[in-house]
Amino acid sequence: MNFIRFALGSIKIVFKGSRVYYAWLIFLFLLIVWGGFGYAGQLSHGLIKTHMRDSVSWAFYIGNFTFLVGVAAAAVMLVIPAYVYNWKPIKEIVIFGELLAVCAVIMCISFIVVDIGNPLKFWHMLPIVGTMNFPSSMLSWDFFVLLIYLLINLFVVTYLLYCIFYKKEYNKSIVLPIVLFSIPMAVAIHTVTAFLYNALPARVFWNSALLAPRFLASAFCSGPAILLILFQILRKTTKFEIKDEAIWRIAELMVYAMFIYLFFTLAELFKEFYSGTEHILYWKYLLFGLGENKEIVVYSWSSIIMGVIAFFIFLIPRTRKNLFTLNIGIVLIYFSVYIEKGIALIIPGFTPDVLGQIYVYTPSMTEIRTAAMIFSLGFLLFTFLSKIAIAIIFDNYNIDSLKQKVKIKKIA
Amino acid sequence: MEKENSRRSFIKNMSLATFSALALSGCDTKALDEFLQENFKELSKKEKDRIIKNLEAKYKKQYGKDFHVSAKPAIDRTLFGYALDLSRCIGCRKCVYACVDENNQSRDPQIHWIQVLQMENEKGIDFAHSNIHYNPEEVPEDGHFYLPVACQQCRNPQCTTVCPTKATWTEPDGIVVVDYNWCIGCRYCMAACPYGARHFNWGEPTVPTEEMKTELHYLGNRPRKKGVVEKCTFCIQRAREGKYPSCVEVCPVGARKFGNLLDPESEIRYILENKRVLILKEELNTQPKFYYFFGI
Ligand code: SF4
Ligand code: SF4
Repeated sequence: MNFIRFALGSIKIVFKGSRVYYAWLIFLFLLIVWGGFGYAGQLSHGLIKTHMRDSVSWAFYIGNFTFLVGVAAAAVMLVIPAYVYNWKPIKEIVIFGELLAVCAVIMCISFIVVDIGNPLKFWHMLPIVGTMNFPSSMLSWDFFVLLIYLLINLFVVTYLLYCIFYKKEYNKSIVLPIVLFSIPMAVAIHTVTAFLYNALPARVFWNSALLAPRFLASAFCSGPAILLILFQILRKTTKFEIKDEAIWRIAELMVYAMFIYLFFTLAELFKEFYSGTEHILYWKYLLFGLGENKEIVVYSWSSIIMGVIAFFIFLIPRTRKNLFTLNIGIVLIYFSVYIEKGIALIIPGFTPDVLGQIYVYTPSMTEIRTAAMIFSLGFLLFTFLSKIAIAIIFDNYNIDSLKQKVKIKKIA
Repeated sequence: MEKENSRRSFIKNMSLATFSALALSGCDTKALDEFLQENFKELSKKEKDRIIKNLEAKYKKQYGKDFHVSAKPAIDRTLFGYALDLSRCIGCRKCVYACVDENNQSRDPQIHWIQVLQMENEKGIDFAHSNIHYNPEEVPEDGHFYLPVACQQCRNPQCTTVCPTKATWTEPDGIVVVDYNWCIGCRYCMAACPYGARHFNWGEPTVPTEEMKTELHYLGNRPRKKGVVEKCTFCIQRAREGKYPSCVEVCPVGARKFGNLLDPESEIRYILENKRVLILKEELNTQPKFYYFFGI
């Protein structure tokens, strides 16, 4: 009963908002419809509507999945510095980080669902009802850890918000262990996702032990980027207080992550290019194209250039501590990692293919529309959840405000 | 075991009934039945028989011909192996089309289980410099040799290891098969296979009715739907009846040899023992049962 009231109260909040809020909702809604029609085409005609073919059998969808796993992981790992440096709004950072993680995991699972040929048969990979290939298949593992991660994060945020809503003290001995547990889980989801690719001896481009560490490092650049933007919006529009120092500190941590990423990548490049075995082909395809086939080069270089500019913006104290330039850096690093995960990581794994043939892949309109649909659905969910969280945490929306309204109604 | 099964199906029915009712409302019960069907390996003999009867009726309705669908299991003491004589192959692609024909592969979108690579004599077996789309007036071309590749029927297959649903597995006679009803189309196996042997039905497959082969095997050449993976099965519908795969029969130069690796009298054993054979990408430890050799 209590929980139902909490849920109903939350739903009410979602529908109240300013003009800007409604404009944002309408914008997302239009994107969902536009993307949804694209996806409908894929549903009725099959994956032939994408540009994937036998040579490049995984592409943009799985890349988006990978990117979002990174976002989900990094959002929660931000709890560590918040804890270490004892930032004041640590509870809020936990709540918003976990909300982001929940939305990102849901989007991840959506990207898997749109990528498989028979989404209705998804249950075949579950235990008991289906025949889960556990522990053999990395995909089973990945699904498993993602699900656990989703559940624990969902539990923690709901529980925290619920307590605040009812003005109860939350039980530290429940929350703390779970939050602490969610940190290694965040590392786990990302590592297992890296192993998904890493575990394939047939694909030399991915068959490097540095893949998982590079994954984690790049996730640490993109995940906090989203939260930094969110924190700034919250700070402007609500009572949420986060000091400039904390924001700069996060930015500083992102520089370390970028540096580590750069270092790992250079180490990888050195090994490949200096030894110059045939494995170099995939990197060549990514960076320079092979023969006439240069379609992917603009993706990789735009990612590299954006990443490098962002690196310097974050590195130089003057630009890091200036919110305007910092925000430019945030946007740049976000898109740099997005392209890196979405295209640059996946496509060279398949080009040239295992028989040495080149099939040039770039995403089709259907793929872009489907991705737009999932991203806007995810953002919509995140908007709603944040709205509820904001109202409960900062605007004193609680059980009393519900009761008061009932009273007012009665008098009237 | 019995108990286990009934518990499984109970939970399954409970949890899926609502969902599937929603998903398939408007479809007939046959479709629902098919939707709820279990992994082929877990079906009892009785269930298999029923499913096969339904399939035959369905195909008859769809194509207007009589079909025979077999679910014949592996024969004891057989392990199928294959050998291909690189010195004879002329790259005519007759095997490719015989395979398409025998195994009801989609004509559009086009699926070819066998890919013939044209290689340069000077480079040896070098995939990076090979060409799949060679198209001269006449084969063979000077300075080139040809390397047909299909599923290598690995003893240590990557494809079955990674499949999240156990929809693909190795049969006791060594043939790696796919349950087209159980495959969810995640294509992890395609990423894992080092030989490009697995093919996906990106769109609804089409085969002209008059060209549709009617002697079918459940794990082999029966019609597929869009969204599932398929691959060479050594013509399981023929091999288990004691016949050669179609590609072996059609090859005009006799480059293709097939037989039981466990039979000391077989031609395939003779080749293994008396010719020097090679396998592709041996460094990946896939241990193929598909060998290449130089006969002359
Ligand atoms: S060749 Fe590919 S599809 Fe065939 S058994 Fe080996 S890994 Fe599997
Ligand atoms: S595509 Fe089908 S056979 Fe291949 S891994 Fe996925 S479920 Fe298994």
